Amino acid sequence: MSAVSFSSDFVKRDYSLTGPSARSAVETGLASAEWYHTEIPRKAMKELMQRSDGPAIRDTVLWLSLLVVTAAAGIFFWGSWWAVPFFFAYGALYGSASDARWHECGHGTAFKTRWMNDAVYQIASFMVMRNPVTWRWSHARHHTDTIIVGRDAEIAVMRPPDLFRLAANFFGIFDVWYGMKALIANAFGVLSADEKDFIPEMERRKAINAARVHVAIYAAAVLAALGFGSWLPLVLIGGPRLYGCWHMVMVGLLQHGGLADNVNDHRLNSRTVYMNPVSRFLYMNMNYHVEHHMFPMVPFHALPRLHEMIKHDLPAPNTSILDGYREMLPAFLRQLRNEDYFLKRELPATAKPYREEFHREDSVPIAAE
Amino acid sequence: MAGWIEACGADDVDEEDVIRFDHEGRTFAIYRSPDDEYFATDGLCTHEKIHLADGLVMDDIIECPKHNGRFNYKTGQAKGAPVCVNLKTYPVKVEGGQVFVQID
Repeated sequence: MSAVSFSSDFVKRDYSLTGPSARSAVETGLASAEWYHTEIPRKAMKELMQRSDGPAIRDTVLWLSLLVVTAAAGIFFWGSWWAVPFFFAYGALYGSASDARWHECGHGTAFKTRWMNDAVYQIASFMVMRNPVTWRWSHARHHTDTIIVGRDAEIAVMRPPDLFRLAANFFGIFDVWYGMKALIANAFGVLSADEKDFIPEMERRKAINAARVHVAIYAAAVLAALGFGSWLPLVLIGGPRLYGCWHMVMVGLLQHGGLADNVNDHRLNSRTVYMNPVSRFLYMNMNYHVEHHMFPMVPFHALPRLHEMIKHDLPAPNTSILDGYREMLPAFLRQLRNEDYFLKRELPATAKPYREEFHREDSVPIAAE
Repeated sequence: MAGWIEACGADDVDEEDVIRFDHEGRTFAIYRSPDDEYFATDGLCTHEKIHLADGLVMDDIIECPKHNGRFNYKTGQAKGAPVCVNLKTYPVKVEGGQVFVQID
């Protein structure tokens, strides 16, 4: 691992999708660029891309069953401390595992059957408080322009990192506040300038209609809580996005945190981390994140095989979540003083080198100060 | 009406697969369906100009390798977000073990 700072001058990034960094990314060819990918024979790639309903049906049945069982136990023990462990599990299944289901079904890679992907995508979008239309388009942009400042709408850790906000988001505080504001604005027919930048005009009505459905369900949960004089409806619906999202944030920050921005090689801006089986279930194998970005067509259940096939060409994975945080957190602290600082992950001798000609100092778009 | 252009050998494309064919600065995708019929479309996804030949053929669907946008490669119809614009298709014939595409 080596640490790199392109420049000692303080470089101000503009993360809006309509500002100077966005224009610069387009002008310098960083936006919509051709990305590096490891060579894989077509036959092997086809095998990896093959869809199957079986793994996702098993995963979904297990996920929904655990949600029902933990919710039922939480309701049964409601009012006693015995409810706490059940809602702890329910919260992680609702507020964290929904993110991975939203993601995999959004790619259409979870199931072979399209309607199954769409059904789970809609349910998971609601649980994770994301407009299913808006976020489908923002995620497409995330894959086109991964961690390109001014282009990627899903950069979780902007530089310099706001550590208070990151910590608060382990309890969903900012995400829920801004997510709910966006949903309510969408429900009233208002889309932000950033949303209009990545949602085509013909899709905007769908975004508004989806927001109205989500807001109506949340309003019903609030009314039920008021009507019953109990927090329970909100502990079951909506609340887990606050108290149960910690796992999603914990693993999600590792995806790109502390690594390079404004590069066209996922080995430089994404991180693969070996994780325990429970986290991999909740996260649907997205710990193989370099592999996922390089080949988004590969379903979650084939990512371990893909990893074995191409690991000779990738930086060594972090060995655990803790190992990832030991690497990432000091980088965040360094970025407080110098936001150009990032971790440049070393490649094994068997890997093709980074294309340095695309990642020089002057290739980094700089926002107007 | 333009003539027929020889694109590839019929055996160059596996069943339920796709290959890339470049001609005079343009790029196309040549498909072989599971029932052994051949089809041709523009080679780039209408969403972000990604080569469809790197994608996955499933029955009569081609899925873009970058954003998983789907088209019916027989009709060119876009099947939903993130692809909204249909794909242009071209007539294809197979003669003497070769695949020909009629390019306008």
